[in-house]
Amino acid sequence: MTTDKRTTLDSAVATLESGMTLGIGGWGSRRKPMSLVRALLRTDIKDLTVVSYGGPDVGLLCAAGRVKKLIYGFVSLDSIALEPHFRSARQNATVAECVEYDEGMLQWALYAGSLRLPFLPTRAGLGSGVVDVNPLLKTVVSPYADAEELLAVPAIRLDAAFVHLNRSDIRGNAQFLGPDLYFDDLFLGACEPGRRFLSCEKIVTTEQMLQEASFHTLRINRSMVDGVIESPNGAHFTLCTPDYERDEKFQAAYVKAASDTTEWEAFQNQFLSGTEADYQNAVAQWRKEIAS
Amino acid sequence: MSTDITLADIVVIAAAESFRGDGEIFASGMGTIPMLGARLARATFEPDLLVSDGEAFFVGNDLPLGGSDKVVEGWIPFRSVFDTVWSGRRHVMMGASQIDRFGNTNIANIGPWKQPKAQLLGVRGGPGNTISHATSFFIPKQSTKVFVEKVDMVSGLGYDRAAQLGDTVMRHHRLPRVITNLAVFDFETSTHTMRLLSVHPGVSVDDVVANTGFVLEIGSDVPISRAPNESELATLNRLDPRGLRHREVA
Repeated sequence: MTTDKRTTLDSAVATLESGMTLGIGGWGSRRKPMSLVRALLRTDIKDLTVVSYGGPDVGLLCAAGRVKKLIYGFVSLDSIALEPHFRSARQNATVAECVEYDEGMLQWALYAGSLRLPFLPTRAGLGSGVVDVNPLLKTVVSPYADAEELLAVPAIRLDAAFVHLNRSDIRGNAQFLGPDLYFDDLFLGACEPGRRFLSCEKIVTTEQMLQEASFHTLRINRSMVDGVIESPNGAHFTLCTPDYERDEKFQAAYVKAASDTTEWEAFQNQFLSGTEADYQNAVAQWRKEIAS
Repeated sequence: MSTDITLADIVVIAAAESFRGDGEIFASGMGTIPMLGARLARATFEPDLLVSDGEAFFVGNDLPLGGSDKVVEGWIPFRSVFDTVWSGRRHVMMGASQIDRFGNTNIANIGPWKQPKAQLLGVRGGPGNTISHATSFFIPKQSTKVFVEKVDMVSGLGYDRAAQLGDTVMRHHRLPRVITNLAVFDFETSTHTMRLLSVHPGVSVDDVVANTGFVLEIGSDVPISRAPNESELATLNRLDPRGLRHREVA
């Protein structure tokens, strides 16, 4: 008996509610679950706490005013270092609360959450601006002879998680084919069961996954996933190697549009006003236009 | 100095020199010149270093910048990078938008963190790097806006902050070099404050002082930063055939 967990982007995001804590997998402008983020933008859900190694996912949600609290290791577009919407959100203080962590601290917070521990200790962050600006962070003293004082990174638990993988079967056994899983397993692991959504480039049979790559790529198992969505080009414009590279031209157009209110409205009308199919069609059309 | 040696060549040699003696650790360079420095050190006097392609792999051959003909000798996804950082088996050379006399650095934001005047990169891996292993800095344009009395946000720990955290942290914390378009600096003074180690050819000590917003330790006889020898220059040209380093400093 197999559980078919296939669902749609819109059905997935319809299970979320305003005020929830949402974790988004990927890294910067790499293998981001963008089609799920775009679906979320089509709802009225707001006041989210968003947890991310951020890229355009965070940028778009900030620009749309959906974020009440942001917990991040960084927000960047990789080949373009600064995410423009995140930048203006920070400089205009439009996100009510920000929690900035060292990159490794965020991994620890998610790992603690996924192991149901209250915190994990580390040195990373001690003595830095991270603790200067976050008085809620506490330290813990080693109970052993060294008695070293360490930073206790509090666990993050998520109400919902979005990740985008290369392949999955209908039960949520999923596969990454690129060079890095990033921390997708931890985002799923730190999330309460019920709203752990995995989009993928292609749904395949369980047997097909090992025909394409070695068992080392099977890092997400079905106990970690509640819903599977086949969403080809779903990470666009971020990279999803080996299926596709980052769409650098589109990313540059996104950044340019973000610099100006009028241009951003036009960009939204052109790309973000309809369904995911509309988005993909608009991108294809845009490609033809810039090529001609 | 021979006329065909440029400032970028001098700076890359200084970057390579910062990895001298490091042995079998991950020499990680953020950006063109730090990356070239790590690769040049490995290709010449520090052969046991591990260098990456900047994505997820250790590269075993002397890969030119932008080259794809790589011999992969290891897999280093971000999770393994963090493990390596915390283990101490790494020396990173990264940028800094501000640095003070104790080596506290800022890549995060300008102005108050709560609502910055300019949001930059955020702290990224700076806190974990500096508290765990050797961290050097490359700053392409030194000025009093960058070499400041006090940084706006501490993304990387200086010696004063490390000292407050006790012996274990002090044992791991090390800022071997700061390299700019004008000079090379270290912190090997009794108070661990920044010291002028050498000036690049054509740069005077006064030039350096005029572009520093705090009091520097300066010895009575400041040497000139060394130029690459012929064989190093040939290797450097092989590692950077398109001369990308010349776009970083001029």
